[in-house]
Amino acid sequence: MDCRLTVAQTNPALGNVGRNLEEHVAQVEAARRAGSQVIVFPELSLTGYFLKDQTAEVALSVESRELARLAELSRDISIAVGFVERSDDGRIYNSVAFLEDGAVLHVHRKVHLVTYGMFDEMREFAAGDSFATFRSRHGRFGLLVCEDAWHVSSGYQHFLAGADALLVTSCSPGRGVDGGVRELASERTWRTLLEAYGLLFQTWVVYSNRVGWEDGVFFWGGSRVIDPFGAECARLEGLEPGRLEVRLTSDALRRARVATPLRRDSRPDLLARALGRLSEGRNA
Amino acid sequence: MNPLDIHPPLVEQLLVQFLREELASAGFSRAVLGISGGVDSALVAALCARALGPENVLGVMMPYRTSNPDSEGHARLLASALGIATRKVEITGMADGYLAAHKVEDRMRRGNVMARCRMIVLYDLSVEWKGLVVGTSNKTEILLGYSTQWGDSASALNPIGDLYKHQIYQLSRHMGVPAPILDKAPSADLFEGQTDEGELGFSYADADRLLHHMVDLRMGEGELVAAGFSVDFVRRIAARIAATQFKRVMPLIAKLSQRTVNQDFRYLRDWGR
Repeated sequence: MDCRLTVAQTNPALGNVGRNLEEHVAQVEAARRAGSQVIVFPELSLTGYFLKDQTAEVALSVESRELARLAELSRDISIAVGFVERSDDGRIYNSVAFLEDGAVLHVHRKVHLVTYGMFDEMREFAAGDSFATFRSRHGRFGLLVCEDAWHVSSGYQHFLAGADALLVTSCSPGRGVDGGVRELASERTWRTLLEAYGLLFQTWVVYSNRVGWEDGVFFWGGSRVIDPFGAECARLEGLEPGRLEVRLTSDALRRARVATPLRRDSRPDLLARALGRLSEGRNA
Repeated sequence: MNPLDIHPPLVEQLLVQFLREELASAGFSRAVLGISGGVDSALVAALCARALGPENVLGVMMPYRTSNPDSEGHARLLASALGIATRKVEITGMADGYLAAHKVEDRMRRGNVMARCRMIVLYDLSVEWKGLVVGTSNKTEILLGYSTQWGDSASALNPIGDLYKHQIYQLSRHMGVPAPILDKAPSADLFEGQTDEGELGFSYADADRLLHHMVDLRMGEGELVAAGFSVDFVRRIAARIAATQFKRVMPLIAKLSQRTVNQDFRYLRDWGR
């Protein structure tokens, strides 16, 4: 892989797909002009997050004219966009579409829906049922939507499948201002998690988180890219919209994997056996 | 270090952004609030001035004939330090129009009437000022239910409702709230000699610490007692929180139809912004 990638840290208008689509078009154009080959938007970037009863009202089919308009732009630059998906069988998913060469190349449906504390996603969405990497002309990507990344099994599947880069999209609300430090508690946990993914899975980790407020809840942004050694190599500061431009190379992947060949030495066969025993109700 | 300590520049940045964005979502860029001379409204006025520009903030002083004159003095000190617009509206006439005519003597009833008179003034001036009413209740008093429902608790948005009293003082010092406001004992000033801590029967420091353990850290009674809180204090505060829950929610609506507001008709206020 050798690709120039833009992370778009946006502030979607709640439930206003038309306005958000125009913003996507502007961001895609700006990234294309800057020479980027891939642009990654946050989770639910076309709709906003706390949709409640709006969820079904803003759902789009993969064949919708809104996605077709963005797909048209993907002849010059590949686009990862978050949207509420209405499937053929009428189920509603929290999805990311990866658009390339004028078409939808891949759709990931969020598997781990958050339903605790301030979140209520299982009320609004059906859960996806797989993690599949896919080959773009810019490399092999694995998509994770927010809570997906909190389950190490998600990243591990992409690792085994040979992902060059994990694209992690999120709408992470900012929480935890006590303790006297500048870094929010929510940012601290995400930083730890993303750097661990880079280190353990030896891939590029691209994190696209939104900003802005919805009824008193803010999203903290802090979009960043972690290299295959687990080190942060670029980050957007502050809580404002912005674009982050980075270059992802296979040289870094090769060096990390030669230095510590984790995938070569991984033992998914042992895991498969243990999972087999566990699923039969026996203690591993 | 107090575990409740915040990083004041971060919280200032967040609350300034909150005021700008949420006012803009509602189609406004101006704010109106009651300035009592106390620390909570002083902090909110400072945040509004920073977020919107002082020329877009109206601080309203609403004394009753028994109010401590220091309150108005401190409110004026604050307003001139911030450069915000001010208005003085005596509520004695409107409050006594009811209180005297109906011989209301009970201290709590009188205090509630005054608080609701002030709410009426603020909501009326919000039309003239073309701004939203910004709330000044902090997390400690919201959880304790130490407020008048639809009175001082009424607002369109509240930047400080998730900050404990300790954090209010920390942020107020950072924002440059004048010292006389920071140094005096907190008081609702609804009757002569009143102080919050005297009326509540415990200190804000103790209440903050217990509420943080109980609400934020989700500790149960056994854990709280093990952490050094007296069982009486724990039970008293827990009962107070439960007894005042009605002040923290919208009125109950009897559900009859297939789709009922706030039950299965669920939209954010920022809907379609």
